[in-house]
Amino acid sequence: MEQQELIPHLFRTEFRKITAVLCKLFGIAHIEVAEDIAGETFLSALETWPYRGIPENPTAWLYSVAKNKAKNLINRSHIFAEKIVKEVQTATPLSEEIVIDLSEKNITDSQLQMLFAICHPSISAEAQIGLALRILCGFGIDEIANALLTNKETISKRLLRAKEKLRQEKVQIEFPGPAEINNRIEPVLTTLYLLFNEGYYSESNDTVLREELCLEAMRLTHLLIENELTDQPKVNALLSLMCFQSSRFAARKNENGDTILYHDQDESLWNHELIEKGVYFLNCSAKGNEISKYHLEASIAWWHTIKEDTKEKWESILQLFNHLLQTEYSPIAALNRTYALSKANGKEAAIMEAEKLKLVDNHFYFTLLGELYTDIDNNKAKLNYEKAFSLAKTITDKQTIQKKLNSLK
Amino acid sequence: MPQGTPEQMEAMTKRWMDWIAGIAAQGKLADRGNRLADTGRVVKGSNVVTNGPFTEIKESIGGYSAVKADSYDEAVELAKGCPILNVGGNVEVREISLL
Repeated sequence: MEQQELIPHLFRTEFRKITAVLCKLFGIAHIEVAEDIAGETFLSALETWPYRGIPENPTAWLYSVAKNKAKNLINRSHIFAEKIVKEVQTATPLSEEIVIDLSEKNITDSQLQMLFAICHPSISAEAQIGLALRILCGFGIDEIANALLTNKETISKRLLRAKEKLRQEKVQIEFPGPAEINNRIEPVLTTLYLLFNEGYYSESNDTVLREELCLEAMRLTHLLIENELTDQPKVNALLSLMCFQSSRFAARKNENGDTILYHDQDESLWNHELIEKGVYFLNCSAKGNEISKYHLEASIAWWHTIKEDTKEKWESILQLFNHLLQTEYSPIAALNRTYALSKANGKEAAIMEAEKLKLVDNHFYFTLLGELYTDIDNNKAKLNYEKAFSLAKTITDKQTIQKKLNSLK
Repeated sequence: MPQGTPEQMEAMTKRWMDWIAGIAAQGKLADRGNRLADTGRVVKGSNVVTNGPFTEIKESIGGYSAVKADSYDEAVELAKGCPILNVGGNVEVREISLL
């Protein structure tokens, strides 16, 4: 790999590891110190490598520079030393010198423990996603802003507030005990689910960045599965769902970046390796007594890996949505369930149900009504599509609705 | 409890699932509830226990569900979709008074 590619590549893979390990060592209150040391380490690489050449083992070089920087800081700064070294040393009383452990095991453990700390209920879901992207995925502030369709200032403020909150709450970077793990893992899974969705449904034009968001969500979910404490059936179900969804990445956009709807996709572009992985993790999830929403959504996603419309397919999807809605209401699930109902029980039955939903500020609702009325009452279909068009906020959504309007006779 | 062939029972289950999920899709389901088994005991005063929960009323309560509705009219509308009505059953709509 060339140098100009190597450093960004290593930044993406190693920044988060160094940050997580140092943050674990210093405590959540000093999250910025950890980020700074990791950042300065890469700055050193940028300054040194062009003159002295790329070291034989670039990752080991980075780790040793990061360790030295951390040690120097501890030795130099009295305030830092007094405040933190005490805490660190009481945590590890036997060692005279502070050990900065960048072993693979400690890196993984630190990242997982950081994941639990970041998904603390005291901070908002959007701040959790921002922090996860920064600390656990090594995204830059501008990348986060781009991915979440907002500006750098908003993201910076959001992250600052979240870090302050974690400080105030004195959140510990540790694995929750076996008794709490079930409760604590829920917000973690929610954040990973949202992180994935952010990539999957985001309006950002940066396709590479959006895919990367999905891959990061999958990577972190996989970390949970690799640890026996957190290798729970519902975690496997979530990863299975992510595999099935991301298998359609290449088929979802044409060369102009326009969205291609499921029905019009070229199946040969679906990633079969990911579908197989999805099946594997779905099988792993079939244990225990709990049917989580991830189990249900993964099963629905599995049915969507079969393109052909059959009665069995839509009846199964309908019943899974029926189950999902009874577990947890969400407007999107209600809309999807009504679509499945039209496929399983016919459009007339679905129209009756759809009219009861009354999700009148939701453009997907009117798009669905437009779809259902098509060929039943095209005038009503047109009125509903027009309503959807006026409510839709993004260009992509408006384009999709316009196409539907144009195809109405 | 309606009896029938496995196919009829399956169709009944599907209708029931479609109906209850239709209520859930409107965000109006409070508790899916449960089916009540058709066996049971009736406990009367002076510790008299008899078999069957419906020895005297000759009707069985097949199950219960809790919905969220602003009025009896709204709750009645939701109940009208219950598939038990197609096989000669009734639905009784009652407000829950919290203790």
